[in-house]
Amino acid sequence: MTTTLPVAAAFHHEYIPASPPPADIRPSPLTWARKNLFSSPFSCLLTVCFTGLAVWLVSQFLSFALINAVWSGDSELCRANPDGACWSFIRAKLNYLQYGAYPVTERWRVDLTQVIGAILIAWLLWRNAPRRNTAALLFFGVYPIVGFALLRGVEAIGLPVIDTTLWGGMMITLLMSVVGIVFSLPLGVVLALGRRSELPIVKAVCVFYIEVVRGVPFITVLFMANFMMPLFVPEALTPDRLLRPMIGTALFSAAYMAEVVRAGLQAIPKGQYEGAQALGLGYFTMMRLIILPQALTIVIPGIVSTFIGLFKDTTLVAIVGIADFLRAVEAARIDPNWAGPTISSTGYLFAAIVYWFFCFGMSRYSQSVERHLARGH
Amino acid sequence: MVDISQPAHLSRAFSIYDKKFRAIAYQAGLAVSLAVIVTGIATQTVSNMRQRGIPLTFDFWNQTAGFQINQTLIPYDTLSSYGQAFWVGVANTLLVSAFGIVLATVIGFLIGISRLSNNWIVAKVATSYVEVIRNIPLLLQLLFWYNAVLKPLPAPKASIALPGGIYLNNRGIILPAVEFHAGAGLVAIAIVAAVAFATAFSAYASGYQKRTGKQLPVLVVNLLLLTGLPLAAYVAAGNPWSFTYPELRGFNFRGGQQIYPEFAALLIGLSVYTASFIAEIVRGGVQAVSKGQTEAAHALGLPQGKTLRLVVVPQAFRIIIPPLTSQYLNLIKNSSLAVFIGYPDLVQVFAGSVLNQTGAAVQVMAITFAVYLVISLITSAAMNAFNLRFALVER
Amino acid sequence: MRKIMTGVLGAAFAAYASTVWAGTLDNVKAKGILTCGTNPATAGFSVPDNDGKWTGFVVDYCRAVAAGVLGDATKVKFIPLNAKDRFTALQSGEIDILAHNATWTSSRDTSLGIIFAGTYFYDGQGFMVRKSENIKSAKDLDGASICVSQGTTTELNLADYFRSNGMTFSAVGFADEEAVIKAYEEGRCDVFSADTSSLNAARIRMANADDSVVLPEIISKEPLGPAVRQGDDQWLNIAKWTLNVMLAAEEFGVTSKNVDEMKNSDNPNIRRLLGVEGSFGKDVGLGETWSQDIIKQVGNYSEIFERSIGKDSPLKIERGVNALWNAGGLQYAPPIR
Repeated sequence: MTTTLPVAAAFHHEYIPASPPPADIRPSPLTWARKNLFSSPFSCLLTVCFTGLAVWLVSQFLSFALINAVWSGDSELCRANPDGACWSFIRAKLNYLQYGAYPVTERWRVDLTQVIGAILIAWLLWRNAPRRNTAALLFFGVYPIVGFALLRGVEAIGLPVIDTTLWGGMMITLLMSVVGIVFSLPLGVVLALGRRSELPIVKAVCVFYIEVVRGVPFITVLFMANFMMPLFVPEALTPDRLLRPMIGTALFSAAYMAEVVRAGLQAIPKGQYEGAQALGLGYFTMMRLIILPQALTIVIPGIVSTFIGLFKDTTLVAIVGIADFLRAVEAARIDPNWAGPTISSTGYLFAAIVYWFFCFGMSRYSQSVERHLARGH
Repeated sequence: MVDISQPAHLSRAFSIYDKKFRAIAYQAGLAVSLAVIVTGIATQTVSNMRQRGIPLTFDFWNQTAGFQINQTLIPYDTLSSYGQAFWVGVANTLLVSAFGIVLATVIGFLIGISRLSNNWIVAKVATSYVEVIRNIPLLLQLLFWYNAVLKPLPAPKASIALPGGIYLNNRGIILPAVEFHAGAGLVAIAIVAAVAFATAFSAYASGYQKRTGKQLPVLVVNLLLLTGLPLAAYVAAGNPWSFTYPELRGFNFRGGQQIYPEFAALLIGLSVYTASFIAEIVRGGVQAVSKGQTEAAHALGLPQGKTLRLVVVPQAFRIIIPPLTSQYLNLIKNSSLAVFIGYPDLVQVFAGSVLNQTGAAVQVMAITFAVYLVISLITSAAMNAFNLRFALVER
Repeated sequence: MRKIMTGVLGAAFAAYASTVWAGTLDNVKAKGILTCGTNPATAGFSVPDNDGKWTGFVVDYCRAVAAGVLGDATKVKFIPLNAKDRFTALQSGEIDILAHNATWTSSRDTSLGIIFAGTYFYDGQGFMVRKSENIKSAKDLDGASICVSQGTTTELNLADYFRSNGMTFSAVGFADEEAVIKAYEEGRCDVFSADTSSLNAARIRMANADDSVVLPEIISKEPLGPAVRQGDDQWLNIAKWTLNVMLAAEEFGVTSKNVDEMKNSDNPNIRRLLGVEGSFGKDVGLGETWSQDIIKQVGNYSEIFERSIGKDSPLKIERGVNALWNAGGLQYAPPIR
């Protein structure tokens, strides 16, 4: 015998369609403000204080950098205006800040080198670009030679030699950073592989190098590389004065790069190593074809942030008398012809904006790569 | 034993296809080339130094330095030795690093927590701080603080007078100096005792709570202990210290405690810059604690404050500490940028003046490197010990 | 594999071992250029213009050395050095000669691995203060903040002077001389102390030069001179006698204009100086015409003095103690014979 349970009457027997979504799912500005700005008395207080702070800072900045600024004219106009930036000073010094004492008629060579570099870097960093391997080869292999030939000059092909003591300004900063990355990345990979090596002596040497270099300040390394290197190596092997801090920079950041790469190597699952070995690949083939491509892709954000650090650290070459961009700003700042109340602030503000754009751009790129990686390709 | 895993022609004792042989060969090659390079450099250096009459010994250590240093934490005058100048430099490096670490941590935690705030404007201001500060070179920031903020302050004669006998001018901040009299020791003892009692009581209270579930009024008792005991000692000792207020005499203020603008600029620059990195570490650490933890804590009825204090922060700390350590080390190393603004740290005094006056470049640089390495090692060790204490006890 | 490795290592070691220290003169001749360490920017003494061309008193001394050694006064590479780094750069071999405003002292001659080759400018340390302070004498400087270059004798003399006069001071030292001057200008210090020549040089670069005065006291002897590495006597001789050639030329009235006529002079001193008689050039290890090249391309002492720091320059420094011995000064070239 079957009985129908009375409970069944409590159930719907037909399908009820879902209700339509609200016309506008975004909260009204008022709701948003209530939730995000005035959720509690304390939050209200914070909102008021921080809005005040933000408004004050932005208005100070705008009034100094734009509203009260002197845009053209000579130093007299700037001297008479203690409230605003003196952009005409930057305008007058712009060439010096860009090229240092590099001869005016040859400056196209600097521009050309920088344009080639920019194209190669864009090619390398653009994720969907075709033949990125070629770009890597050009950038790490060919570009340094071409760039050096262009900047320094080769008499044989009709480019007069420009002594490195004349180089200065932004070109030095860019040059130091590019040389730093071109040499520190491969060196960092080697050190990282060495540190993960099973060979005890290789490992010990790499660990010692990495830890010692990471333990000392950059400026002491630069000082050593610049003023004391001729004491350590024979005269014939002593590199050029501008090359020495570059070597110092590359050797220094290689240690940091090694730690970044090591993190990538550690993140590769053991199965990848074992799979490669099962296929009969030797150590170097395995690393080159299987492990490094994956490991380096994972650590692109780390590499970029090390590079940002390196870019900012190039300012320290001023300690060995190399006229990089910041040093050029310093030299321009104390020019007595332009002495005025806002010259220092203007110079620093300009330098800050320039450095900020470079670093912020790079960090944005690294964040986009990070997001891309997090999505799992 | 015959190795049957390989064909006979490959199992010769020293085949270059033998992994073991290659391992030894590589390492031997590396060791030999390193040995050659190191001996080469050493020989070259020593022979160069001999030939040019550069001092090879550490004799300079006890010779009279003869130059003045404005900020000295340990006794130093122009008749002191180079060795003493070295210690002055070390002390100054440690001083600015210690203050810098504390200040950077405080600012960094505040900014990091603010970035996670529910309040939109607070989060945005904190984000802007991080994005602006960490993308500008530290040296530029130091020069800005020193040359564009502190140097343009008024001259001593037009000092800005702050309440409490504090003066602000382009020679720095001049504070009243404290002078201790007999009996000040009593107050110090009282403070130490109060801290000890308070710690002991906290431990007892937490044990009591675990046993019985009842809470003791820890906050009230400890506050009473920490304020009452020193106050009582102060009264008992009969006002054991006095302040000497600075006064303008001649060129500068006399009879006060002076904080030099070089120190202030370096401290501000280092803390502000490092704080932007610490903020990111803190934010990352807190965000890495899974949301389920917070929700579970709420479900247990813990209020927001206790959820943070008892659940989120201890877990976040484990993630935060290793990168925080490396930021501290960065701050210590970055304090060497002192040379650019004339703060007498180790690099400025020792690798600067002493190196120049003695000519013992190799020895001086070796000692400088050694000091930074030792500081790095000690900091790492301390943070590792701290990390160990916080480490998750896995089941 | 092993063969290659041994080969490479052997070659590297051989290359390392074979590059024994050749004398500085041979090195400079081989490179074809003289590397000269000098002040980064001290008006009158050594200043680069916007195109990287260097001019000034100590710069001219370097040019004279290059003229004598290489026969071409333009074959010089100038390396700007802070006071703090200059001796390290010289002793390590980064530069061939140091023409800085460095003071010749016993300890520098004996314990730094360098040696001074003479005195091209007799100087003394002085003080610059703001006029508004109404200071008339260095004895009134008790308690002052003093801006000073790191790694100079100035640093040491200050300590001595204030100690022996029972006064206190607070030193604010920077590695970079420009930073020192700027710090004084911006009011970080009450006093700027340096060699008086540097004080004058700093003044003409200041925006408000008339606001400052140099106090009358000279508290030290500062013989400024060129320095070379120890252990290379031939190079030391060249550095020393280049200066003496310029002094002797002034003494005998030989200038860059009349040097060719002077070769026909009857005065045996002039004939020996210019290498017409005797073996002066060969003796120092250079060509017969080295002294002529110096005088013709750079000038005699008086010429380089007047055009860079003397009456034809903005500095307008008097010859004073730097006049020749027969004009009441201290400059004196030993006889050339």
